[in-house]
Amino acid sequence: MLKYIGNRILQIAILLVIYVAIVFFLLHAMPGGIKTLLISNPKLTPQAQEAIIRAFGLNQPLWLQFVDYMKNVFTLNLGISFSYYPTPVWNIIAERLPRTVLLFTVATLIAFFVGFASGKSLAWNRGKTTEYISTIVGIITYTIFTPLLIFVMIWFFGSFLGIFPLNQFLNPDLWIHTRLNAQVIFLYILLTMLIIGMVMLVSYLVALRFSHKVRTRRLIFYLSTIIAVVFSVFFWWVSPVGIYAADILWHMVLPVMTVTIISYAGNMLVMRDSMLETIKEDFITTARAKGLPDKVVRDKHAARTAMLPVVTNFVLSLGFVVSGGVITESLFSWPGMGMTLLDSTLAKDYPLAAGALIFTGIFVLFAHLAIDIIYAFLDPRIRY
Amino acid sequence: MTNNPNTTVEMAEAKLESPTLIRMKLMWRSFKENWKIFSQSKIGMIGLYIVIIFAVAGFIVYPILAATVWKTTSLNAMVSYNPVTGYDFLQNNPAPPSWAHLLGTDPLGRDILAQLLYSTPREFMLGIVAALITVIIGTLIGTVAAYFGGALDTFFMRVADIVLLFPFIPFLIVISGMMQVDLLTLALIIGLLSGFGGITIVLRSQALIVKSRPFIESAKISGASDSYIIVNHIIPNVMPLSFLYMMFNVTGAIFSEAVLSFFGLLNIKMSWGLMIYTADTAGYIIGSNIWNYWWLWLPAGASITLLCGAFYFIGRGLDEVVNPRLRKR
Repeated sequence: MLKYIGNRILQIAILLVIYVAIVFFLLHAMPGGIKTLLISNPKLTPQAQEAIIRAFGLNQPLWLQFVDYMKNVFTLNLGISFSYYPTPVWNIIAERLPRTVLLFTVATLIAFFVGFASGKSLAWNRGKTTEYISTIVGIITYTIFTPLLIFVMIWFFGSFLGIFPLNQFLNPDLWIHTRLNAQVIFLYILLTMLIIGMVMLVSYLVALRFSHKVRTRRLIFYLSTIIAVVFSVFFWWVSPVGIYAADILWHMVLPVMTVTIISYAGNMLVMRDSMLETIKEDFITTARAKGLPDKVVRDKHAARTAMLPVVTNFVLSLGFVVSGGVITESLFSWPGMGMTLLDSTLAKDYPLAAGALIFTGIFVLFAHLAIDIIYAFLDPRIRY
Repeated sequence: MTNNPNTTVEMAEAKLESPTLIRMKLMWRSFKENWKIFSQSKIGMIGLYIVIIFAVAGFIVYPILAATVWKTTSLNAMVSYNPVTGYDFLQNNPAPPSWAHLLGTDPLGRDILAQLLYSTPREFMLGIVAALITVIIGTLIGTVAAYFGGALDTFFMRVADIVLLFPFIPFLIVISGMMQVDLLTLALIIGLLSGFGGITIVLRSQALIVKSRPFIESAKISGASDSYIIVNHIIPNVMPLSFLYMMFNVTGAIFSEAVLSFFGLLNIKMSWGLMIYTADTAGYIIGSNIWNYWWLWLPAGASITLLCGAFYFIGRGLDEVVNPRLRKR
């Protein structure tokens, strides 16, 4: 297992280098690239143009520039943003990456479980009216033009019902009286999530080690999860910054809901197909013939076997979800990586755009790595 | 009399139909069988109907209307009006649907219906060109990688891994921010990028199955060259699957174009995404306002959704033809 994970990390590192190389050649080797932009001002004298080219090292051979660029990327020296002038790109990205990570981790987790559960029951209730209706609804949300959905969501929840805040990721009226940095709150929320996740994992492993009875295992698992959740909620409640975290989470509800609606259907449809195939297998018939309850056959025998293609689909759709993040983030004014990417591209702020592109890629790569490791746990056949 | 055997053979050959005719007949028969399976899937048929409606509207109805109703007309002695480009001075714009403008006008006084129909053939061309490039590249690489194996195979599979990891739309956004991308360039970029991606993996695994069949062996024994086997034996057998993936790629290409032009990044005159962009930047799609100006974004958005959805539906219908396991039991 460790060897497999190490292998994957190595592969991911190689992919990362290739990815950065692609971004570099996109910036430097294409017509209209960074060189043209820097010297395109007609007021510049030829001497000034020459000086700019020399100052940025653009007169060196391409491979030397590439080596420099690589060195800079891996020391997080991404240059200075044009549109936020003296701020280095890395500071902007470090500020915005946690927001994207938080939004998409929550949304993809919810989408995965919703898709998994609904696909499971869809396949189990094949031929009923509910199956048709939810399949059609699923396909519609899967193929709908995302901005259209977001307009309607904003109108319905933000304006018609008026229950969710319309845009931005925090309420300025609340934050104006504090010297607190939203950044810190984001990091604390992520930390809390990580701790809860670790508690769940550890309790699962401990339960697996300690008991052979399903009921005891489940008791240990759920009890420790609930304790962790209650404890962290209590901690946030008591702490003075709790209200700010609640504010951020409150603003997050609508974007998370939208991303979930967009991406759950893919998981649902794959789960449905894979479940339909699993149901035909002999061991399901055997389980039924043994007289096991319907629910046990569905959850324990069929769903677990059918789960793997869904996880694969989840892996493949991750890039797509992050891509969709550009739309979601910019329409909800959620200042994460996607919005940064779009804004910097529109403002011709190449250092920031390249940095955002690189870190979006890194985010996707790491998500893949995490899922690969989970996959290796789930599928006992993977043993490299 | 001595030539008798030869003449009988010739006569027998004359009685037989020519090989091309037989091939045509076989193709027609398999097409009919597959059509029967396809037409049983409701979702596929719905998709096909929607695509046909759009195609008729874009390729037949629009040229007729453009030549008759939507000609550049002169409003008075000074100003002329073109429904796709021009400004209608006779009313306040954006105007709600009326008899003069069936779907209303946008903030620039252009007729929404005329814009919709004007863009339809372009969306089709974009989707189909991008998907064709993807499928041609994917099929070639997939079959070649499966047939030869070894380093070539490993190389292209790793490339596919990278492309799969790619944040596709951010990448397109940065490209279109840097260069002037028009519709054809976009189709080329989308086609090239996705051609090296997931489709090669799927087609390669299918080609591997075909490669292990006995008829490839016998073709090799009868002295067929590698390229002959790939072109005449493997590619026809992975063709149905490539066709299926072509449908999904059309959806992806149209969606990407819509997103990019929705952000105003493309160098094009008119498209469905651009229509929403115009309405959005003019400030007509904000909060509770959106239903007051529904004709600005709903027709265009619905068209994108419907056409993307329709190709996806066709894909799912074809899925049942290509993968017999999915059929209703």
